[in-house]
Amino acid sequence: MEKRWLSLFVENDIGVLSKISGLFSGKAYNLESLTVGMTEDETVSRMTIRLISDDETFEQIKKQLNRCIEVIKVIDFTNSPIHMKELLFVKVRKCSKGDLDELFRIAEVFGVSIIDYDKESVLMECVQTESKNNALITLLSSDFQSIEVVRGGSVAIESISITER
Amino acid sequence: MQQIRGTSLLVKALQEEGVDTIFGYPGGLVTDIFDELYHHDDIKVVLPRHEQALVHEADGYARSTGKVGVCLVTGGPGAANMVTGIATAYYDSVPLVCLSGQVASSLIGDDAFQEADIVGITRNICKHGVIVNDRKNLGRILKEAFYIARTGKPGPVLVDLPKNVMVELGSDEYPDKVNIRGYKPSTKVHIGQLKKAVDLLNTSQKPIFLIGGGVNIAGAQAELTKLVELTKIPVVTTMMGKGSIDTKHPYYLGNVGMHGSYAANMAVTECDLLFSIGTRFSDRVTSKISEFARNAKIVHIDIDSAAISKNIKVDIPIVADAKEAITAMLNYVNEHETAEWLQQLFTWQATHPLTMQSNNGLTAKKVIDHINETCQDAIVVTDVGQHQMWTIQFLELNRNMQLLTSGGMGTMGYGFPAALGAKLGNEHKTVICISGDGGMQMNIQELATAVAEELPVIICLFNNSSLGMVRQVQTLFFEKNYSSICTRRRKSCPRKCSGTSDQCPPYSPDFVALAKAYGAEGIRVTTEGEIGAAFDQALKNTDGPTIIEFIIDKDDLVLPMVQGGKPLYEMILEY
Ligand SMILES: Cc1ncc(C[n+]2csc(CCOP(=O)(O)OP(=O)(O)O)c2C)c(N)n1
Ligand SMILES: [Mg+2]
Repeated sequence: MEKRWLSLFVENDIGVLSKISGLFSGKAYNLESLTVGMTEDETVSRMTIRLISDDETFEQIKKQLNRCIEVIKVIDFTNSPIHMKELLFVKVRKCSKGDLDELFRIAEVFGVSIIDYDKESVLMECVQTESKNNALITLLSSDFQSIEVVRGGSVAIESISITER
Repeated sequence: MQQIRGTSLLVKALQEEGVDTIFGYPGGLVTDIFDELYHHDDIKVVLPRHEQALVHEADGYARSTGKVGVCLVTGGPGAANMVTGIATAYYDSVPLVCLSGQVASSLIGDDAFQEADIVGITRNICKHGVIVNDRKNLGRILKEAFYIARTGKPGPVLVDLPKNVMVELGSDEYPDKVNIRGYKPSTKVHIGQLKKAVDLLNTSQKPIFLIGGGVNIAGAQAELTKLVELTKIPVVTTMMGKGSIDTKHPYYLGNVGMHGSYAANMAVTECDLLFSIGTRFSDRVTSKISEFARNAKIVHIDIDSAAISKNIKVDIPIVADAKEAITAMLNYVNEHETAEWLQQLFTWQATHPLTMQSNNGLTAKKVIDHINETCQDAIVVTDVGQHQMWTIQFLELNRNMQLLTSGGMGTMGYGFPAALGAKLGNEHKTVICISGDGGMQMNIQELATAVAEELPVIICLFNNSSLGMVRQVQTLFFEKNYSSICTRRRKSCPRKCSGTSDQCPPYSPDFVALAKAYGAEGIRVTTEGEIGAAFDQALKNTDGPTIIEFIIDKDDLVLPMVQGGKPLYEMILEY
C-alpha cells in the first residue's frame, strides 16, 4: 500500500464530481483527498486526488477513471516532477501568554502566517506541502490544549524545472 | 433553419438513428413526447405493463438484433422502475438508450411531484447518464447517447428530459457527427503485441481458448471457428460466450465455471496457455483465483482495458475488439501439434459427460433435448435459476440458434420480457422462453403485452414448486434447511418443512388458468410422453403466447457444481 497522486482533467459539468467520488466509493477504493477547481478553460475542471492503494488497484483505478466519458485525461503524479501545496488553517485556543509567544515563534520558524488572534487564540494559515502541514499539526497538537484544523487537500501542477511535493 | 419543439427533435433523432420500435410507458412527465409519437406511424411504440419489464424487452430486442434498444418512461416511479433493467443491461454490455421524463428545470430540487434524481440513482449502473438542461444541447446529447451506447464496449445510456426542454422551440438540427473528447473508443489491434501472443501460442504444449461474451457481441463467431480450425486448439466458453462456436464442434469442450463441464474446468486448470478473448473473468468463471489456470500463461484480449488484469494477472494484455483481433490473428497462426493434449481432453469429456443425475420421468433435460431435436432457427431466452443452468448446459447452439440470458446480474424476471423483445425484433424466428416458477412471476404481467402484440412466444415454465437454485444450495451446503424456498408453502404448513409430503397445498397460481385469463394459451405437462404434443400445440398458436408448464422434481440438481471460493477442479459431480 502506497500513497499516490492523480491529476484529472474533467468536463466542467454537473454530476462529474459525484461520478468520480461515486466510482471510488462504489468500488471500495481508498480515497484520501480530492480537490476540484476550474481552469483557464471554462469547460474543463482539474482534480487532484490523493489515494492509498497497492500497484494493481492503482492501475485499475486509472483505467476505471479513463473509462468515464466525462474524464478527458488522467495523469499519474506519483513519480513525476510536480509542485504540490495544501492550504491549512489551524486555530489554537485556550492559550496562556507564554503559549501566544511560543506560537508567534513557531510561525516565524515554520514560515506560517498568523492571520488573526486575540488574547487567548491564534489563527494560523499555512500553504505548504502536505507532509509539512502534517508535521505542524503534530507539533501543535502535542504542545497545545485545543486546536481546530481545516485542510483543503492538495492541489498540484507539473513542474517547470524543480520539484516540490 | 426551422424552429421545432424538443419532442419533434427527439422523434427526428429516432428516425435518423434508424429506430423503428421503442418501448414506452407514459406518465405526466412524458405526455408531450407521447403526443408527438402519436403522429408518427413509422415508429412503433410497444406498451409493456411494467417499466422493469420494459427495459428487459428493449434489452432482448437489442441483444437479438444488434440494434440499440430504446426505452421511454415517465419520471419518478417510472424512471425508478427501470433501475434493475438498466443494471442488467450494463453488466451484460447491452446497448440501450433510456429516456426518462423529468420535472421542469425550474422545479428540480423542490421535491416536486414525481421528481427523482434518476441520473444520480443510475450513475454507477450505466455507461453514461446525462440530463438535458438546455434545449440547445438536446440534439447533441441524443446523438452522443446513441453513439456511446453502441460503440466500444456497448452499454445503457440514460438521458433525462425535463418537461420544459421538450416543449421549447429550438433548432431542428440533428448532428451527424460526434466528438466527445473524453471518449475515443479504439478497436484497433496492436499487431506487435498480438504477434507476441501468437508466439506464445505456438510454443505452448497445452493451449486452450477461453471465449467470453465479447466474441458474440462483436459478431466474430465465424472468425473464431476459423481460428479454431486453423490452429486445432480446443475451446471452452463462459456462459455469455456459449454459442460463439457451434456447440457440436469437435473442439468445443463446454462451459467453464461454477456449473461448467468437467472437461472444460479441468482443461483450464491444466492448460499451459490460456488464450482468452472477450471475458472479464468473473468470480463465477474463475472460482478460487489462486488456483485458476494455475500452470498457465495468460493472454487476454478485451475491448475494455479495465477488464484486463482486474481479476486475473495477465501475461499478454491486448486491448481490441474481438473481431478485429481474431481476424488479424488468422494471418499469423498455424496448425498446432496438440495430439496428446487433445487426447487428454477428449478422455475427460468422454468419462464425464454433462448429464442429469436422475433423468427419470419428466426432466428439464428432456425438454431441452426436444428443443435441440426440433428447432433449427430459434432464439432461446432464459430466466435465472436452475432452469437457466440446465439450458446453458444442454442447449445446442449454432449460427442459427441464439441464446439470451442475464449473466452479469442474474436478474430473475429477465427471461420472459426479454423473449418478447427478441420476438418483436425477429418476427420470423421461433422464440422460446425458459423460465422458472419463481422468476416467471417476477414479470408475469407481460402476458398482457404478449397478447396485445400477438407475440407467439413459447414459454417453457419449469415448475419445481421452489426457488430451485437456492434450494440446491440449501441441499448441498445447509443441511437441507429449506428456508424460504418453497413456492407451495402456506400459512398452515409446519414452520420447518424438509420437503415432500402428500399434504402439500396446491400450487398458486394455476399457471394454465392464469395464461387463459390473460387470453394466452396454457398447457400443463406432467409426463415425458407429452412433451412433443405440447410443443406441437404451442407452435400452432401463431397469434399469441403459450405457456407450457412442465411439472418437474424439486430434487433435480444442476451438476457439476463448484462451491463459491473452491478451486474449479473441486467439482461436486454427484449427490
Ligand atoms: C431478482 C432476483 N432475486 C433473487 C435472486 C436470487 N435467486 C437466484 S435463482 C433463484 C431461484 C429461482 O427460482 P425459479 O425461478 O423457480 O427457478 P429454478 O431455480 O427453480 O429453476 C433466486 C431466488 C435473483 N437472482 N434475482
Ligand atoms: Mg422453481
